Amino acid sequence: MTKRKAIISKKECVACGCCIKVCPREAISIPYGINAEVNYNLCVGCGKCSKECPASVIRLEVMNYETEKKMV
Amino acid sequence: MKQKKRWYDYLWIFSLTYLILGFFNILFAWLGLLCFFIPLLISIIKGNKAYCNKYCGRGQLFSLIGGRFGLSRKKEIPKWIKSKYFRYGFLIFFLTMFMLMLWNTYLVAAGAKNLSQTIKLLWTFKVPWRWAYHGSFIPDAAVQFAYGFYSIMLTSTILGFITMILFKPRSWCVYCPMGTMTQLICKAKNVTSSRKK
Repeated sequence: MTKRKAIISKKECVACGCCIKVCPREAISIPYGINAEVNYNLCVGCGKCSKECPASVIRLEVMNYETEKKMV
Repeated sequence: MKQKKRWYDYLWIFSLTYLILGFFNILFAWLGLLCFFIPLLISIIKGNKAYCNKYCGRGQLFSLIGGRFGLSRKKEIPKWIKSKYFRYGFLIFFLTMFMLMLWNTYLVAAGAKNLSQTIKLLWTFKVPWRWAYHGSFIPDAAVQFAYGFYSIMLTSTILGFITMILFKPRSWCVYCPMGTMTQLICKAKNVTSSRKK
């Protein structure tokens, strides 16, 4: 699988919620008010959130072992 | 696919009205306390940033003007603005200025100072604002607070507007003191739940 998904740099996220508002799949949430989280079952990697994010902390990356390790 | 609009997607009207009302009667500035206490209460009670995420009218106003109307370069914000040092530093600076404003209010209440009918922009420039108040039964201190609070609201709107033009529409959210503060509260509140992850 070489699908790209939205990867959020959680440490830099300011939890403003701009990404939630633009996500057409409602795949993003900020459950504890600390950082945004992506539901990878829903994310289609459209990149809207990445464009909108005022802190530019969302990247689109191909999901593989390396990126999954970074997300934890 | 377009998302359904909800009632709170129109709260930008409140923010805009607030700014306009301050030009006519400064006492409306007191309403701004809502934008101060609601996010704090939500984060303290519910432990989330629903205010930023859903209800913040100022954020909506910026995304409307910068996004829909295109008054934004949509460039990446410089790294130093999103750094923890700047965000926490700005929060401390902002709170200090807030305390100073309360102190000024106290001085007027105590009779040590006369009511100053000015708006202080960017914590530096005094702008005469006499037309927005013509005397009432309300104590001078409460009026002074209104002037001080409106100064803060207008100053932060100007800063937000500048960064909206230079960077992405809602760049203000990156260093918004209320956002930083509520995120800190959420962090403190959810220490245990975030440890579990």
